[in-house]
Amino acid sequence: MITTSNLSKTYSGNQVLHIENLDIPKGQSFGLVGNNGAGKTTYFSLLLDLIQPTTGHIISNGIQVNKSEDWKPFTSAFIDESFLIGYLTPEEYFYFVGELRGQNKADVDTFVSQFEDFFHGEILGKKKYLRDLSKGNQKKAGIVAALIGNPEVVILDEPFANLDPTTQIRLKGIVKDLAETRGVTVLISSHDLMHVTDVCERIVVLEKGEVVKDLVTNEATLKELEAHFAN
Amino acid sequence: MIKHFLNLEWKAFFRSASFGKSLGVKLLMGFFAIYFMVVFLGIGIMLYPGLKKLYPEQDPLIIVNNFLFFWILGDLLFRFFFQKLPVMSVKPLLTLPIGRNKIVNYVLGKSALSFFNFLPLFAIVPFSIMLLVNDYPLGAVLAWVLALVLTTLIINYLNFIIESFSSETELSFLPIILITGGLFAIDYFELLSFKNLIGSAFNAIYQSPLLIGILVLILVALFVLNSKLLHKKLFLDSGLKTQVKEVNASNLEWTKNFGDIAPFMQLDLRLIWRNKRTKSSVWMLALGLLYGLFFYPNPTYNNMPFFFIFIGIFSTGIFLINFGQFVPAWDSGYYKLLMSQNIKYEQYLKSKFTLMALSVVILFVLGIPYVYFGWKILLAHFAAAIYNIGINTHVILWGGAFNRKKIDLSQKAAFNYQGTGAVQWLIGIPLLVLPMIIFALLNWLLSFEIACLVLIVMGVVGIVFHQKLMRFITGKYLESKYKMIDAFNQDN
Repeated sequence: MITTSNLSKTYSGNQVLHIENLDIPKGQSFGLVGNNGAGKTTYFSLLLDLIQPTTGHIISNGIQVNKSEDWKPFTSAFIDESFLIGYLTPEEYFYFVGELRGQNKADVDTFVSQFEDFFHGEILGKKKYLRDLSKGNQKKAGIVAALIGNPEVVILDEPFANLDPTTQIRLKGIVKDLAETRGVTVLISSHDLMHVTDVCERIVVLEKGEVVKDLVTNEATLKELEAHFAN
Repeated sequence: MIKHFLNLEWKAFFRSASFGKSLGVKLLMGFFAIYFMVVFLGIGIMLYPGLKKLYPEQDPLIIVNNFLFFWILGDLLFRFFFQKLPVMSVKPLLTLPIGRNKIVNYVLGKSALSFFNFLPLFAIVPFSIMLLVNDYPLGAVLAWVLALVLTTLIINYLNFIIESFSSETELSFLPIILITGGLFAIDYFELLSFKNLIGSAFNAIYQSPLLIGILVLILVALFVLNSKLLHKKLFLDSGLKTQVKEVNASNLEWTKNFGDIAPFMQLDLRLIWRNKRTKSSVWMLALGLLYGLFFYPNPTYNNMPFFFIFIGIFSTGIFLINFGQFVPAWDSGYYKLLMSQNIKYEQYLKSKFTLMALSVVILFVLGIPYVYFGWKILLAHFAAAIYNIGINTHVILWGGAFNRKKIDLSQKAAFNYQGTGAVQWLIGIPLLVLPMIIFALLNWLLSFEIACLVLIVMGVVGIVFHQKLMRFITGKYLESKYKMIDAFNQDN
């Protein structure tokens, strides 16, 4: 689904990302871990063509992302709060995103109603603008908006941060369901090793912009990761 | 401590993503400043001999004193629209060991150093030198100069208070218009002659300099009031955080008539209506619409047809100028979302274009009553409206591709008076001046009708090539996509 070859990003002589080769097959739940500055967000930004690669390229479903815009219909993401439109209510935001992805209001309503549990009654029908919601609730709205319109690739940067424990557990369920039963390729980054090992089939460790570990998740993975980061 | 604050501002200016543009604007402002300095200097030198010549039997100083009331009103108005209040991002400083007093005093102190406070000196000092040359007593003249300097500072802090109150209301410029207009009207209809009151006050200070103490007291009172107001804003739960209001949502179904740009039009309309800053640009419409009334009743302007075009462009294009110049910065807060979503750039820009073109049409229609002042005016306004739709909309959208300054719509920081300075009017100049020059030239060489026709034809050509122009503009935006994303990611 997503093929990365010879990808690098350099800021004024300082290399922040260098990935020789990385293949992510369709329907995989893919976890990216690494300390601050390891290049996680840079990689996601490159995937979304928000910054330009210095060398190399990413091919998503046969489309080179920095050459054509045809990857947009099947890709969606929630990176940070700057993906939210503060002066809309959550409903209006969902409708707006839905409209861009070819879903009418009824479609969006049915889709969003599945997430009532996840929202915990704090998002819908509150008559509040997104900018007036708490950080955690903003995140919930952003994550759900990223799932509207049956995307084939979903990119979530640190989805677990800022969420309360109940919501974290529910989010894990949602992500697992996406990858296992709907065949969506999910890319997640996190600082929480426990959460990623719970959710992801495969975990890649970035360090100073390079892939240092590429693991298929099993019972020993968490231990291995903890040992790696302890040094 | 002041050293630290200055250092922070210095870095904020030089490290900003829009540094190049800010520098250019600063240079332009520098030229304007020099121009005004020269004008004021000229006034200061010429005032005494001029008044002596016109009114040989009166004392020029008393004439000047009688005129001071209008200077105060004019200065207040001028400052409100052009003086930028000091902006500081206060939040990061609150938890540091810096006294709140220090922050407040710094902000207030800095505003005393504003160019607007020094400008009058360029007129006052030469005038008082002329007074001294003409054998006025030194002590009294010095007291008079000091009184004027104090008055300037009083105006400065009065403006500060007016702005901090009016920035919280939607009709931000209404209070100032009401206050100055009201005072002027009271004086004009002789209910209470402020003109004489202020005139005799300054005469009195000239006679007995000790009265200056009153001005000092007023100044101190205003300063204390200002620092109280600012103090209140320095708490997270008051000035730095906006209150949560309940939303009344409308679904804006009618925008569906515009086809595939409908979602963006809905977004733009909500953007305009739900943010304080954009909302005030809507109220500006009223100001623009009535702008002609300042000029047309005055017969002097009747033989200056190029002025019709100026008013026409301005009054039909005021929304265009105010809103258009900040495309795409209005959307800077969520620009990354737009860029990674399944959207066509062209539709996004077309929605902005449609809004601006619609506003021109509506403003032209509302301005039709100007025909009362002559059919030529209506024709000129029509030509201006077509020119606005065909040329100016495209120019301003094109200019947006070079926009690198983020606009923080949520306005949570205190002292945030972003974009209320002189700069936002500068951008209107090429849009206004170019058609005026073309028109004036043709009007002078050929005739009024042909001049109007040429502007109309130019506008129509722009409309005909709309698709082509939009494609070109879209290309420009795509070219600077990464730069814009990067710049909008920064906080200033």
